[in-house]
Amino acid sequence: MKLLVIGCGRVGSAVAREFQAEGWDVVAVDEKEEALTRLGAGWSGGFVIGHGMDSEILRRAGVDEADAVVVATNGDNTNLVIGQVVRKRYGIEHVVVRVLDPARADFYAKRGMQTVSPTQTAISELAARVRVAGKALA
Amino acid sequence: MYTIVAGGGKVGANVARSLLRMGHEVTLVEQRPLRFERLQEEFEHQVLLGDATELHILELAGIGRPPQLVLAATGDDEDNLIICQLAREGYRVPKVVARVNDPRNQEHFDLLGIAQTVCATSNILGLVEHEVPEHGIVHLLELRKENLEIVELQIDRDSPAAGKRLAGLTLPVGARLISVMRNGRSELAESSTVLRPGDQVLAVLEPGKEDELKRLLLKR
Repeated sequence: MKLLVIGCGRVGSAVAREFQAEGWDVVAVDEKEEALTRLGAGWSGGFVIGHGMDSEILRRAGVDEADAVVVATNGDNTNLVIGQVVRKRYGIEHVVVRVLDPARADFYAKRGMQTVSPTQTAISELAARVRVAGKALA
Repeated sequence: MYTIVAGGGKVGANVARSLLRMGHEVTLVEQRPLRFERLQEEFEHQVLLGDATELHILELAGIGRPPQLVLAATGDDEDNLIICQLAREGYRVPKVVARVNDPRNQEHFDLLGIAQTVCATSNILGLVEHEVPEHGIVHLLELRKENLEIVELQIDRDSPAAGKRLAGLTLPVGARLISVMRNGRSELAESSTVLRPGDQVLAVLEPGKEDELKRLLLKR
């Protein structure tokens, strides 16, 4: 199975490493060469320097053969656009997009995109913990 | 007409100013605080501080009315694309227009159905092509919605079509000649028109027909 990870920051690099450890063929894409160091010394997967909006970069990263794509750059709108482009142009069904803004994550989730909002996760988790604390005090 | 203009740079601010002078109602949205302060001196309550890709900012700007037009004119193409999608799909804004900053992103706007786009770089390049005397085919206008384009070609001495009547030319399917300009005067293309070296021919065609048209009218 082949996974493309676009945006190799803290989130992207960890996802890339996890799937590589599970035996997937993983290619990471990032604008900055330094991002390669986040993948660790033992990284044997692919790494392409460039912007995920650039079709040539996507082609070099092997988008044509990708089974799944994770889009996790530091820009919500960049992620949403790249996510839609890889789905629509390359017909990749499994595209997961990181969107910090819960409102936009929800908007695009309702339109069929797989969005993950770390902010919404934090809100829900914090609220749940406070509720537990509240019950303990009651 | 009510318009929301996202992005208060030179493009957005000038369009907003022009629309206001024409008597339209406008809200300009700018996210850079320093730029916002300067715009506020001129636009007062008609400019709003915030990121126009955030739903609550769009709602403050009155997207729910909805406006007849949203113009996404920020310096960021991804932002412009998302603003157009939010406006059209989330709030049924009938008309959205996007500024394309990097012409390489045009294909993404096309793919995602944002048909009304303006790209200054491409427009300037078109004008440059138009001014260069030795040209093959010049793209004058792209009608994205109609899926047609208007191009200009110059007939030269080696052209296989030079000296021929239009009636005798077999144009590719999906292409029509509009007019022929000769000695500074333009005439509509008729079947009796004879092409001569130096003629500038306007044609309307479906994208992808350029090569066939070039083979017919220009030298091989």
